Amino acid sequence: MDRSRGRGEGVSPRPYVLVAELTYRCPLRCAYCSNPVEVQDRAALDTADWQRVLGEAFELGVVQVHFTGGEPLLRDDLEALVARAAQLELYSNLITSGVPVTRERLAGLQAAGLCALQLSFQAARLGSSAAIAGVDAFTHKRQVAAWARELELPLTVNVVLHRQNLDEVASIIALAEELGAERLELANTQYLGWAYQNRAALMPSLAQLDAARAVVADARVRLRGRMELLFVLPDYHGDRPRTCMSGWGERYIVVTPDGRAMPCHAAHILPLEFPDLRAQSLGSAWNDSDAFQRFRGTDYLGEPCKSCDRREIDHGGCRCQAFLLTGDATAADPVCGLSQRHDLVVAARAAAAEAAPALTLRRLHVVR
Amino acid sequence: MPQLSVDSRPQLARKARLRTDQLTGETLLLYPEHGLVLNSSAAAILRLCDGRSVGDIAVELAAPLADVLELLTTLSERGLVTEGDGSIAGAG
Repeated sequence: MDRSRGRGEGVSPRPYVLVAELTYRCPLRCAYCSNPVEVQDRAALDTADWQRVLGEAFELGVVQVHFTGGEPLLRDDLEALVARAAQLELYSNLITSGVPVTRERLAGLQAAGLCALQLSFQAARLGSSAAIAGVDAFTHKRQVAAWARELELPLTVNVVLHRQNLDEVASIIALAEELGAERLELANTQYLGWAYQNRAALMPSLAQLDAARAVVADARVRLRGRMELLFVLPDYHGDRPRTCMSGWGERYIVVTPDGRAMPCHAAHILPLEFPDLRAQSLGSAWNDSDAFQRFRGTDYLGEPCKSCDRREIDHGGCRCQAFLLTGDATAADPVCGLSQRHDLVVAARAAAAEAAPALTLRRLHVVR
Repeated sequence: MPQLSVDSRPQLARKARLRTDQLTGETLLLYPEHGLVLNSSAAAILRLCDGRSVGDIAVELAAPLADVLELLTTLSERGLVTEGDGSIAGAG
């Protein structure tokens, strides 16, 4: 929401977006996946649970819901969840690989009130797509995009960028145009979750990034008013961290397939107890839980963040990344040039000059 | 992208939805991954994008034509408003 925020002492901010991770299962095995490396063996929320969570999200102020995963189409109650979101006038986005879906199901989701479709592609061509996803889904995805156009369902094409597909950016943009996408999201890989396992294989060179950035800048001018073009640079190549999730517990609520509420989809790795929505409401999770309050604001930050004039902008960067790389979730995100451990990021970046190791395709590792 | 004029018949893009904020009562314009909180004059203009012309919208609201055009042009550059093709007035 384009609105300056600010809050009084002791008053929680308002969440605007619910990220509903309906399942971690997925027919694709993308090496860049941000899903957790290990998943606890806990029962999934049922339809009634999710419908209650949507209602509680609405009451807190949420206006958009992203149905995502894993692959949300694997749940056969997706239509019922979309219908509940529509009843609440939540703007619903389906974030999907497009596998498996038929034209009939897509039309049914639209009839249930789905507002927009975000379809992932892995690259601009069949061969490179299959190498990244582990599955040959490219042709089917093109078909899904064509159905979306026929049904006049707003379409975003989403491509996660990395060393293996950055050189295809011009072709990816051409593909999105050909598919009639209204929005193209080109986000460089965040090295969290499964993607962290593949960091060396995915890390691009600065030359690759510079070339892609120039292509995107030209295309953005050409496509103005026709296709929105989002290009997210990898934070490893910047010298200041991004404002992760618009701040911890500020705008976003993520709910995992088993009903845990988290401020970020990568937060599983943190040593925090995340609220169980079978036992408590989303409102109490958001307002009162330790997990949501722990890194809200900037009070927890030490140096160099504490005295930094950007602390209210970037909150010291990504908490999950700080913990993953340094073992300390209150540390400055090491992507920041001022971090005491920025050397970790410099070394990872330098490794892109070496030959890339093979991609390790994702597999779902359930811990019992 | 065609330039909007006084005779254009703007409509909300398919991806954009107008609704009332459940907490504040303000008008929201929602679209994929984003939302705008509209001021009352912008909200009034968008609620009249139902097939009538830019000129008619300005008359209906007794608003300066230049202001109406400026808002709709800005939103059209963001892909949130499109030029109607005459078949849309009764749709949606």
